Amino acid sequence: MIQFIIRRTMMAAATIALISVVSFIIIQLPPGDFLTSYVATLSQQGDTIPEEAVTALREAYGLGEPIYIQYYKWISGVVQGDFGQSLEWGVPVNTLIWDRLRMTLAVSASSILFVWTVAIPIGVFSATNQYSLADYFFTFLGFLGLAIPNFLLALILMWIGFSWFDQDVGGLYSPEYQNAPWSMAKFIDLLSHLWIPMVVAGTSGTAGLIRTMRANMLDEINQPYVETARAKGLSELRLIWKYPVRVALNPFISTVGYALPELIGGVTIVAVVLNLPTIGPLLLRALLSQDMYLAGIILMLLSILTVLGTFISDILLAIFDPRIRLE
Amino acid sequence: MDNTAKSLENGNALPPDLAGVNDEIPYEELSIATPGQLMWWKFRKHRIAMISVVVLAIMYFMAFFAGFFTPYDPNEFDASYKYVPPMHITFTDENGDFTWRPGVRGLIEERDPETLRRSYNEDPDTWYPINFFVKGYEYKLLWLFKTDIHLFGLGEEAGEQPYFLLGSDRLGRDMFSRIVQGGQISLSIGLVSVFLSLLLGIVLGGVSGYYGGWVDNLIQRTIEFIRSIPTLPLWMALSAALPPDWPQTQRYFGITIILSMIGWTSLGRQVRGRFLALRNEDFVLSARLTGARDMRVIIRHMVPSFTSHIIASLTLSIPGIILAETSLSFLGLGLRQPVISWGVLLQEAQNVRTVALAPWLMIPGLAVVMAVLAFNFLGDGLRDAADPFNR
Repeated sequence: MIQFIIRRTMMAAATIALISVVSFIIIQLPPGDFLTSYVATLSQQGDTIPEEAVTALREAYGLGEPIYIQYYKWISGVVQGDFGQSLEWGVPVNTLIWDRLRMTLAVSASSILFVWTVAIPIGVFSATNQYSLADYFFTFLGFLGLAIPNFLLALILMWIGFSWFDQDVGGLYSPEYQNAPWSMAKFIDLLSHLWIPMVVAGTSGTAGLIRTMRANMLDEINQPYVETARAKGLSELRLIWKYPVRVALNPFISTVGYALPELIGGVTIVAVVLNLPTIGPLLLRALLSQDMYLAGIILMLLSILTVLGTFISDILLAIFDPRIRLE
Repeated sequence: MDNTAKSLENGNALPPDLAGVNDEIPYEELSIATPGQLMWWKFRKHRIAMISVVVLAIMYFMAFFAGFFTPYDPNEFDASYKYVPPMHITFTDENGDFTWRPGVRGLIEERDPETLRRSYNEDPDTWYPINFFVKGYEYKLLWLFKTDIHLFGLGEEAGEQPYFLLGSDRLGRDMFSRIVQGGQISLSIGLVSVFLSLLLGIVLGGVSGYYGGWVDNLIQRTIEFIRSIPTLPLWMALSAALPPDWPQTQRYFGITIILSMIGWTSLGRQVRGRFLALRNEDFVLSARLTGARDMRVIIRHMVPSFTSHIIASLTLSIPGIILAETSLSFLGLGLRQPVISWGVLLQEAQNVRTVALAPWLMIPGLAVVMAVLAFNFLGDGLRDAADPFNR
């Protein structure tokens, strides 16, 4: 077990290192270096920057030096918590992201919970009642959930809320709690807004997992051990949940690693439509205005979040199913 | 005596591996059918997949002959018809009599005295029949022949009055024409991008599965790495890095390449799995022993044995690409005006107030959902049919 955890940790670390390289490449992709455009923006606003300051900055970021030295300077800053300057906002990237990252985490985590609590029971039900009316209904719903783009669903919900209930469903807080300090009331207000992005971002994931769960269950449900348990007189409900469901969950858990990147992507676009204070809208603005230091850091943090999530699910899986470790 | 004749003579029931193909086909034909026939029979049994084929055929046909199916130039704007709701088709003429010809009422423009907002009402005293094969704006059919014949439209008697089947947008452009035209981009980007992913997936997945060892390890770790980055943010970042001064066609291919650069991974995995399974088969070994070169063994002997599976998973990966293009364009990072794709059209519906005012701006989303659903069902049917023998 310890060996397994060590190996996984090393792999996760290597992946994170590679992710930092990719993020750096993306920062470098737009033509021209960032300082030139930074100075251009500032002088557009009527600011004049002393030549020495520019040279000092040029020195600090290693611009004009070979690319690997630039990367080294950038990454040593990042490791120490210096994420560089946001071009558009004129403040350190640091001050912009942490609150929003926390919100992203909250929305993503609640989305995962939603997906799991909905997909597993429905998948099991669909499999035990194969070809029933409800099974067809859920299958149809599943296909539809996969086919509707997240942002369209968000848009439709907003539209319904706006035109029929005269309620603005965007955002995470009601206006009166926007700047209020944390309190129980604010938390409840947050929960009452959170369910929409949670459901919207979780829809396609739920649809996919219902299908996986149903297929896995169908493979298990006719196995002899199920028959044995039934012959012994176990009640149907206990029988299903105690044996085949546990086996069917295994391939399910191992695909969580792939579901996570998609979910975080989904949350990103839903947040743009619903105008949530998460990191998605910030990323979009940064990309549209070519504010690459901000964009690169956000991409990197989102990826690291994903890698950590996958890492945790791998470890959990290994604890629950000893067979995994042997592979 | 061969096997078929023997089982015919004995009057056996269907062998278990043919039982699931298609009940309507007599046993005599089933037992001597080629694999291609078996797949077709099995596929035919999947009703929804068959319907999806028809739906997709119609969609692609309309996109291909977009000029013919669009009553108005998709880029022509008319300031006096902004945000016109979809117009109803009626079968009663201006005198209230029933006719067999479909027609529409004329529009009366009204202004709200307080908000000064324009609205359009249908005038019950007018009626313009919808004509077929009418003359309209000039276009090039199949990018070659100049013509001005369109499938439907209003005749001369309607004068300036346009017919908006699905309403008009903020510049008075015909939504229906724009959706049909947008299909050209949205539907083709899926095919082109999947083709690129296929090339990458087969080459890299094939190399990975065929040679094994450190090459395999390297490619597999690369795939895992790509898949561990959140897809949409990565797509967003890469498309944002496309130079803004690129011409639209170049941008189109840029987006296509970005989508397939990430999309090939799942295909690559599947190809590798197949190669690993086949590598130790006898027919591969004998091909190698007769002195066939690696490339020949791969292309001539191994690939044909799993083409049907590849086609099925290709079909299943098209919806993802269509959705990705739509999302990117919706966010303003993909294709841009004046190019028309369904995502670009949906960009108009970004603001909830606009949507509340003109819900028909969301109709391009319906086109996306239809295309994606149809591809999913078709892929499902193909996947079942790819393995005509019961497992």
